[in-house]
Amino acid sequence: MTNHWVDIKNADLILIMGGNAAEAHTCGFKWVQEAKHGRRAKLVVVDPRFTRSAAVADYYAPIRAGTDIAFLAGVINYLLEHDKLQHEYVKAYTNAAFLIDPGYGFEDGLFTGYNAEKRSYDKATWRYQMGEDGFAMVDETLQDPNCVFQLMKKHFARYDADTVSSITGTPKDAFLKVCEMIAECAAPDRVMTILYALGWTQHSVGSQNIRTMAMIQLLLGNMGMAGGGINALRGHANVQGVTDMCPFTANLPGYLSAPTERDVDVQTYVSSRTPKAIRPNQMNFPQNFPKWWVSLMKAWYGDAATADNGWAYDWLPKPDGAYDVLAMFERMHQGRMNGFFCQGFNPLASVAHKGKVSAALSKLKYLVVIDPLATDTSEFWKNHGEFNDVDPRQIQTEVFRLPAELFAEHDGTFTNSGRVIQWHWKAADGPGETRGDLEIIAQLYTRLKAMYAKDGGALPDPVLNLTWPYRQPTKPSSDEVLREINGRALRDLTDANGNVLVKAGDQLAGFAQLRDDGSTACGNWIYSGCYSQAGNLTQRRDNADPSGLGQTLNWGFAWPANRRIIYNRASCDPSGKPWDAKRTLLRWTGTAWAGNDIPDMRPNAAPEENVGPFIMTQEGVARLFAPGMAEGPFPEHYEPFETPLGKNPMHPDKPQVTSNPAARVYKGDMELFGKADEFPYVATTYRLVEHFHFWSKYSKINAILQPEHFVEISEELAAEKGIRKGDMVKVRSNRGYLKAVAVVTKRIPVLTVDGRKVHTVGIPLHYGFKGETKPGFITNTLTPFVGDANSQTPEYKAFLVNIEKA
Amino acid sequence: MHVSRRGFFKVCAAGMTGSSLATMGFAPTAALAEVRQYKLAHATETRSICPYCSVSCGTLVYSMGDKSKNAKARIFHIEGDPDNPVNRGSLCPKGAGLLDMVQSPLRLTHPEVREPGATEWKRISWDEAFERIAKHMKADRDAHFVEKNDAGLTVNRWPTTGFLASSAASNEPSYLSIKVMRALGVIAIDTQARI
Repeated sequence: MTNHWVDIKNADLILIMGGNAAEAHTCGFKWVQEAKHGRRAKLVVVDPRFTRSAAVADYYAPIRAGTDIAFLAGVINYLLEHDKLQHEYVKAYTNAAFLIDPGYGFEDGLFTGYNAEKRSYDKATWRYQMGEDGFAMVDETLQDPNCVFQLMKKHFARYDADTVSSITGTPKDAFLKVCEMIAECAAPDRVMTILYALGWTQHSVGSQNIRTMAMIQLLLGNMGMAGGGINALRGHANVQGVTDMCPFTANLPGYLSAPTERDVDVQTYVSSRTPKAIRPNQMNFPQNFPKWWVSLMKAWYGDAATADNGWAYDWLPKPDGAYDVLAMFERMHQGRMNGFFCQGFNPLASVAHKGKVSAALSKLKYLVVIDPLATDTSEFWKNHGEFNDVDPRQIQTEVFRLPAELFAEHDGTFTNSGRVIQWHWKAADGPGETRGDLEIIAQLYTRLKAMYAKDGGALPDPVLNLTWPYRQPTKPSSDEVLREINGRALRDLTDANGNVLVKAGDQLAGFAQLRDDGSTACGNWIYSGCYSQAGNLTQRRDNADPSGLGQTLNWGFAWPANRRIIYNRASCDPSGKPWDAKRTLLRWTGTAWAGNDIPDMRPNAAPEENVGPFIMTQEGVARLFAPGMAEGPFPEHYEPFETPLGKNPMHPDKPQVTSNPAARVYKGDMELFGKADEFPYVATTYRLVEHFHFWSKYSKINAILQPEHFVEISEELAAEKGIRKGDMVKVRSNRGYLKAVAVVTKRIPVLTVDGRKVHTVGIPLHYGFKGETKPGFITNTLTPFVGDANSQTPEYKAFLVNIEKA
Repeated sequence: MHVSRRGFFKVCAAGMTGSSLATMGFAPTAALAEVRQYKLAHATETRSICPYCSVSCGTLVYSMGDKSKNAKARIFHIEGDPDNPVNRGSLCPKGAGLLDMVQSPLRLTHPEVREPGATEWKRISWDEAFERIAKHMKADRDAHFVEKNDAGLTVNRWPTTGFLASSAASNEPSYLSIKVMRALGVIAIDTQARI
């Protein structure tokens, strides 16, 4: 979230789309109700199902699963056509005025530079025109045909209300009603927030779904405002924190880009990640990359990381390609992986296309499951009747199952969706011989280190030189590790005049103190400041809110720098005056930025200096035109890989662009995509309030409340197929089938799309053959093995099935 | 930080009982006739966080057993933390069922191994589990570690063992896992966050 949970109460309009906060984030949803009751805010829900969020909404609009970009592109077109923009904001804080290379173009669903064989783009023309002064060129009048504003207008003009309605199935009047409500928020003192979740990410166009919305928020001037922002309601209690630590091939902790085979040496690596400002006076904050990265290497390798050895750059592994979870299972399926660890992760249930995942796990030599619970994955080799029909004797994988502690059984920090890092204390030991995750990793590491010290082996150096300063080497404490994450001075840090700013050994007060000369160590720069000399700030429990906006700056610690709303400089006009005095986050006092949040700006940057509020870009402004995206600098509607239409209505004669042309599809998986003639119904997956992703099925009370796998269909489809409420039905996709109880409701709308009727089948993503619930099939038996072109998040939310009475 | 509200409840209970009894004209000895004691009065209260969704609601975890030698603490009640600025004491049906998760009969209680081709689990000690897994890791790493790629570039990667990191783990084990995996050269690393 750019903002945070309590801040939702400051919104005038709340859009829930691609999520169902009332069920999935119930206690956060109370701040929606607070906004409704406290300031008469309106709630709009757009969803393929009439969800519990919809049930308390002021307005509900149905939509076909997988068509959000068409809907949102239509909203952009409406705003542009009706001139419902926050003009001053758009001009000053976005790249609307920037001139784009005249070679850039868009035709027949493709942007310039497409390579069909590689299914990717050469982005050479997706760039700014650069002046001789080294800065990007702009046209402040927004009239140049190559400026972003004009290109955007042209691109989205195709999404008129009739086209949108025909693609999405949203009735035209409902679509226009939502447009009108959103458009009101173009006023500087009216703010909309958007709450989304996996309903937007889990598509082959997931990243562009979110980006389209970000464009709307920029056009309305809602980014950086209290009550505004782009708010991803994330999954687990610490999914945000784990993301921040970056257990990803492509990143090191704190979202630092990890080296690849393209980085031939440390200079190439560091310089290619240290951008230059491309507009005058901009902060261009990522220019500090060397400080963040060198401090990380000092945290990991201590004295063994020196300027002479490039801070141990050689020891960082350089991957030869993608290793995201789909890529990993593809490699495993090809027999190219031997060992695998599942730490609190149940991939047999939670990764797409269970059949492929199961076959892949069967090819491993060893699998290690570290979990508090007996997961489905840990028993992938065991026969559970038709729910998991395998022959154990044919599976040679050696499987270890290690009992881990649950949340209440260890100390540590969780980071909530609003980026607030909070400490939790241990209440009791886990049952039996349970051990903590820290100890399990430390035990494995210390044993490997001893083996390498004694017997040698492949490149022992990084293993032997890894810093391990913990008092009990086999049982590090959370306190010690959080201190390492925060960072400390390795020697006295002095200013230009030789005055000591931080003493050697002291904890750092924040990332501003990090250096690139090896004098600081920091495990994750964005968390720096959470455990300073002032102590462990994640333990703070002062819930006082002098702002009245719900900022509670002394509760826990929010990254970055305890800032609660990021981009908050944009809550003021260019002169430093809040757009809306009633929700003042910051203002320019004449000498500094001050107010109810930590300024997201150099504190003494006077408004006359024209320092843009989007400090993480080279431009200092936000990007309406975003060349970083895989499938285009502007969003375009592409159908899900399994489409009920068999074509993209935006480009009906161009099969190449039916679905995302830049999404990665593996051989064998393309052939397994189902077609509408055999699988005519759109399936979408979801959870109810009692469900937590294959996890709460182990909790008795939740199993009593939601005991058994079911699928939800409309009364009309039920009548057509002769299915009655409570019947057992069989749902098939081109990858497998499941059986579940039919729930026939009025909550699933039947839509008219492209002149024909489209039915939706709702399938909870929750049940399995292990747990307190009635043993059942795993929903991901059905889902396609394809991901978003940028994030590789699988397309769980829109695929094709058929349904019949079992 | 273990904040015991024991003293607080005692004072409140005594005050309330005392004053209301006095108002109704009973003699103080009647206080012994109370129905039962408040069940949390003797519990240890620990501040924790619900592990389910990313609202990360504050919870109060109540346990019995004062943690003295041989007195193992046992969690017996969990409720919302009213001080937490986000959930203000409330929990949803998942969080309200947390006790059943903590006490689930499907909790793992000891290390096990399923040998290749076997049809059942076999209980093993932690020492055996760690030793066998570490040996597997070293054998695979030593056999498949790539120091240089075809172009002669130093790449120092171990591509044949992967690690899926938990999104339910705390930040500290998450960080430590990555630190170790990167040092070993593991590149196949991903997390639940993606899906």
